[in-house]
Amino acid sequence: MSLRKFKRIGLLITYIIAVYIFFPDDVYAMHIMEGFLPINWAAFWWIVMIPFVIAGVRSIKKTVTLHPSLKMLLGMAGAFAFVLSALKIPSVTGSSSHPTGVGLGAILFGPTAMTVLGMIVLIFQAVLLAHGGITTLGANTFSMGVVGPFVSYGIYRGAKKLGAPLWLSVFLSATVGNLMTYVTTSIQLGLAFPAATGGVMASVLKFMSIFAFTQVPLAISEGILTVMVINVLSAYSQKELQILAVFTGKELPTSKRRVKT
Amino acid sequence: MKPITKNVLLLIPVVVLAFAPLYIARTANFAGADTQASAAISTLNPNYIPWYKPFWKPPSGEVESFLFALQAAIGSGFVFYYLGYAKGKHSASKKDQP
Repeated sequence: MSLRKFKRIGLLITYIIAVYIFFPDDVYAMHIMEGFLPINWAAFWWIVMIPFVIAGVRSIKKTVTLHPSLKMLLGMAGAFAFVLSALKIPSVTGSSSHPTGVGLGAILFGPTAMTVLGMIVLIFQAVLLAHGGITTLGANTFSMGVVGPFVSYGIYRGAKKLGAPLWLSVFLSATVGNLMTYVTTSIQLGLAFPAATGGVMASVLKFMSIFAFTQVPLAISEGILTVMVINVLSAYSQKELQILAVFTGKELPTSKRRVKT
Repeated sequence: MKPITKNVLLLIPVVVLAFAPLYIARTANFAGADTQASAAISTLNPNYIPWYKPFWKPPSGEVESFLFALQAAIGSGFVFYYLGYAKGKHSASKKDQP
């Protein structure tokens, strides 16, 4: 146990030093800003995003009409994304970025529900804070509200199926979901701004190398914070978690291990 | 382990991850997207001009940080309201059925 801890700490330190050596410059990491996607790409991502929003509204409606007692928990999942998106945390690369907080809701309510909640957060930030934008809302919702939650959800279910403990499944799900959100952002930017030499791929790789390193510590933070919330929920909101297990068809842990599907 | 002790232990790496960069990369300015995104894009496509501007921008850094703090406060307010509510409900139902 302690040996593993040492290894982990060693890895972390190596990582931080490596990042500091290779990426000393300020880099950019966050949502795509207003007007920074050409109009055809902005429109394209809007169109791609809309079916997910419709599915999300339906899924939320279904959840709430079937189990009105879950409204509060749903609100909490939204609030979690809300608060985490507001926290711009410094990263070892010398720039700041923020977690997305959509992994928790995706685990609890399924991915499309988080498309809607993520979009609401993005609208708030675009309108009131000039962070992100209305024209780029489609692209940002697609990365944060579609790819992030779907990846989180998929990883959570996959990890559980492989028999990983709850905390690990939750941690991996939220962490990788967060990373994939920003990988998607860099793909979106790369598609819209292909490099003069090397084209789309070179550009995507450039954006990705920037994002990956800035985002890794934040993704880890998000993973840990999500585990913390799940810890509290599995101690005090077992009933809700059991209900959710019923209609998402997955096993959520209870101390009794009695409730299945 | 009680959830509270577990969570306090888990909070430590989060705090370290958030504050260590301030020391490790202390020469950096920790700017966010706004200035650097345009730089990254203009190196790739020098001719690109943003075709749409936000119709409203927070008039100053203070107002912006106020709005971000407000967002965090509303969000965490509700998160902890719910967690407290869940804990209260849990202990109440425990009392009912000993």
